[in-house]
Amino acid sequence: MKSYVPNTQKERQEMLAEIGMKSMDDLFADIPADLKLSRPLDLPDALSESELRDLLNAYTIMNEEGGPLFRGAGAYRHYIPSVIPQLVARSEFYTAYTPYQAEMSQGMLQSLFEYQTMICRLTGLDAANASVYDGATAAAEAMLMLRDNKRKKKILYSAGLNPDVITVMKTYGHCAEMELVEIPLDSNGVTDVDAIAANMDGAAGYIGATPNYFGNIEPMSKAAEAVHAKGGLLVSYVNPITLGVLARPADYGADIAIGDGQPLGLPLAFGGPYVGFMACTQKLMRNLPGRIAGQTTDAEGNRVFVLTLQAREQHIRREKASSNICSNQMLCAIMTSMYCSVMGPNGMREVGEQNVAKAHMFAKKLCEIKGIKLRWPNTPFFNEFVIDVENAKDINDALANYSITGGLVLKDGGMLWCVTEMNCADEFDFVCDIIQDTVDNIGGEE
Amino acid sequence: MVPNDRKYTRDHEWVMVEGNVAKMGITAHAAEALGDIVYVELPVVGDETTMGESYCVVESVKASSSVFSAVTGKVVEVNEELDAAPEKLNEDAFGQFIAAVEFTEINEAELMDAAAYEKFCEEEA
Amino acid sequence: MRSEYKLIFERSREGRRAYDLPECDAPDAMNEIPAELKANAPLRLPEIAEIDLVRHYTNLSRRNFGVDNGFYPLGSCTMKYNPKINEELAPLFDNVHPLLDAEMSQGCLALMKDMEDMLCEICGMDAFTLQPAAGAHGELTGLMHIRAYHEHRGDFERKTIIVPDAAHGTNPASAAMAGFKVKEIKSAPDGGVDLDALRAAVGPDTAGLMLTNPSTLGLFERNIKEIAKIVHEAGGLLYYDGANLNAIMGIVRPGDMGFDVMHINLHKTFSTPHGGGGPGSGPVGVKSHLIPFMPVPRIEEDEDGQTYYLNYDKPESIGKIKSFYGNFGVIVKAFCYIRSLGAEGLKEASENAVLNANYVMNKLRGIYEIPHDRTCMHECVVTPGELMQYGVNTSDIAKALIDRGYHPPTIYFPLIVHEAMMIEPTESESRETLDEFVDAMKGIAEQVKTDAAAIHAAPVTTPVGRPDEVTAARKPVVKFED
Repeated sequence: MKSYVPNTQKERQEMLAEIGMKSMDDLFADIPADLKLSRPLDLPDALSESELRDLLNAYTIMNEEGGPLFRGAGAYRHYIPSVIPQLVARSEFYTAYTPYQAEMSQGMLQSLFEYQTMICRLTGLDAANASVYDGATAAAEAMLMLRDNKRKKKILYSAGLNPDVITVMKTYGHCAEMELVEIPLDSNGVTDVDAIAANMDGAAGYIGATPNYFGNIEPMSKAAEAVHAKGGLLVSYVNPITLGVLARPADYGADIAIGDGQPLGLPLAFGGPYVGFMACTQKLMRNLPGRIAGQTTDAEGNRVFVLTLQAREQHIRREKASSNICSNQMLCAIMTSMYCSVMGPNGMREVGEQNVAKAHMFAKKLCEIKGIKLRWPNTPFFNEFVIDVENAKDINDALANYSITGGLVLKDGGMLWCVTEMNCADEFDFVCDIIQDTVDNIGGEE
Repeated sequence: MVPNDRKYTRDHEWVMVEGNVAKMGITAHAAEALGDIVYVELPVVGDETTMGESYCVVESVKASSSVFSAVTGKVVEVNEELDAAPEKLNEDAFGQFIAAVEFTEINEAELMDAAAYEKFCEEEA
Repeated sequence: MRSEYKLIFERSREGRRAYDLPECDAPDAMNEIPAELKANAPLRLPEIAEIDLVRHYTNLSRRNFGVDNGFYPLGSCTMKYNPKINEELAPLFDNVHPLLDAEMSQGCLALMKDMEDMLCEICGMDAFTLQPAAGAHGELTGLMHIRAYHEHRGDFERKTIIVPDAAHGTNPASAAMAGFKVKEIKSAPDGGVDLDALRAAVGPDTAGLMLTNPSTLGLFERNIKEIAKIVHEAGGLLYYDGANLNAIMGIVRPGDMGFDVMHINLHKTFSTPHGGGGPGSGPVGVKSHLIPFMPVPRIEEDEDGQTYYLNYDKPESIGKIKSFYGNFGVIVKAFCYIRSLGAEGLKEASENAVLNANYVMNKLRGIYEIPHDRTCMHECVVTPGELMQYGVNTSDIAKALIDRGYHPPTIYFPLIVHEAMMIEPTESESRETLDEFVDAMKGIAEQVKTDAAAIHAAPVTTPVGRPDEVTAARKPVVKFED
């Protein structure tokens, strides 16, 4: 059995004696006897380190992963430069807590200030918070920002948001008694701007995504016009890895930009931990939830970083705070900041270009197979796209035999494919051959 | 110290009535108790206020305090200067109103004059 | 000692690079995207060589202080040792995509299910969800269960959550976010819940009571059975804030105390690193009557008991409170901790956490004031007491501790104790570490009397001095401008 308690039995007895007690049980005399657990917890036997390692390996063997991956839909496999896991393993970072004591937490606070600056530069906006749990909760928090700023409970959102994001917004929205109105997609697979305009009366704003869940790049400047014409605020949910090549939220007039930072250097890790980023215009800064790092000086005039604007937060405002969040995804935020530093302006552009190039090459190849069509052939996309095909499930089963993870099968039978810089042309040929065979076989059976 | 030209509440706010409009602010005593004021969350013109209920929040670094309205009515003017320079409340609390409210209800009997307010502060201490 | 440190943006030189990508084996396709949807300028990100990037972050880390650097008795945060093996094993799952078909992610699903089962046993609850990302997120999730419970019974009047004034700030904030009104009740002189105040507060509008036990004063709520009775008889539910679970593992269980719903902070009790403020994980446990409302998806076994799958078909569910299934990487570390320690090890951890807290409290008696002086649980609350007459406050003492190589305790919390210092040593610390800390606290108390000015000047050993927080808040600068 592993124990992380340094004091020996003898030392424990001596310490007990010093406080006038005979046994550990004496420490718990305040607990009513009939409530105390009268048996040991029924847990699996304790393991040594090497046994634990074997056990975890046994779980990993139950997974079947490692082959080529063509799935995104909210979690993306990109290359993670080795400096990121190496640097984030500095235990001065990861074994610290919230930088309450600024003088001994400058490393974390400065990293956070740098992260906020990165997010501002990615989105083009004025201010960013220290991050929230993930993209979906960022959307829920943005919804509450709109409510607080405009004092209206009606909010429009695009049907093109990731379904998890929509569900989380609805879960939060139910409690806040929000009126959430879904704006449908048009025949090009992007949000119907006329429907935004038609529904804006009485609404605080609109939350849309680009690229949307189906991979389509949305004409956000048109949404911005429709929203601003009615005095509302535009929230843009973006995939940050697109921002080296695609228009940035500030370019098209977004008031708030949010999203999940996972594509920027965070592993897939079966869905978390990821990081939700939030940026906004100067005007809305005080409506941002959660922690914010700021710059100031000490008595000698040295530049110092601190947590600031704290009087907005729960530990001070309690039930009057606009959000209950009292942490952030600090380590994950720093990882995204490291990623942006590694990549720089050129790396961000190149990785974006590679995603676009490879996704388009693969889409073209797929559509050469008879019976496979792009659902929205006239709509631009980044690294995800939807095809219509019969028997999507059979295709994925066939690919799985070769340890390949195909596109996500949508509820309507379509397939949402994702191609990143991690996929290569050889894979495309191989995958298309397998799909061709599958399609032929199904045809043959009929 | 405490000006004679206005009335005071037990929540350390001052109110100056002209016709049916009440200008309201916080007292020097309140400003001092709050410490360095870093932000004033002002109401918006058109907001409804209710007597005894919060219409504004004043923040220091480590605290936030509600400012309670002495009247029921509608905000017709706010002191936008405090948005950029909240420290003015520390420097000259009696010279800085927070909001002016066109009121429909006021309880004059509950309000204190300067002398009564000074006494109230002494007693509270 | 004082030194500023350049920002990474200030190190940028045009043309430097730390990235490399493979040659692109696909033809450029940027012309497929219309110009108006494309970026019109390069991103203003740093251009930096790998060596400079590595030094930047390595040196930043040296301007930081973690549990691995020294004693970190931050009350209510349970800054225990973060085992290295857990850090090494969690990345084994880094490449698993969350939307793999269930048959391809059986290992992850099995691990999560096994974790849920172990947490149920440790807490005496009937089911757990691992979805919430942090403690406050768990609170919100748990309160949503309470709301759903009352709504599904057609009782829409229960809109009030009762919270003791000693509670963490997240409690009232979470209740408000879940759409409840908050009714705060005063604590009794002994720091516990005032039963009369509770009786007066409950009624047909009571949705529930949120309670931390041991309380934020580090004291076990001796009247817990009576409290549960009062709340339940009034038709409300009992929420357990698991922030202080480290005191009671294997000794008493929230489920047995009468709580209906609770959260755990895996980053406190179950040793996962705090990461400078996250990622954490805040699993929520419920009794059987709340199971229908749990977030989707639920991990379930198919009929033959061989395969796990994700069940989204739960019509009464509150929905989802996060993407995917929770902070899986954090959950793995906590799982490793529980499997390493087993039943005996967890109890040993709690016993020693409580022993260490009492040991420190005992040694500080007479030097600092102990407002609620009785056997504490895993943390104790002290104040400067008469040291205040020398013109120093809790913040000054905290800064003086920094110069002596310690992370200060939590200060100015709980709010009901004036100038509070909340000390939580955890079981990870040896007797000599505790003795040295006590000596430092004594030394500070002496210096307060002889040289208060030196205490006011602290910290002097850190790269920067006390920050001007007023200017930071009045004229916020939240990003770098060049």
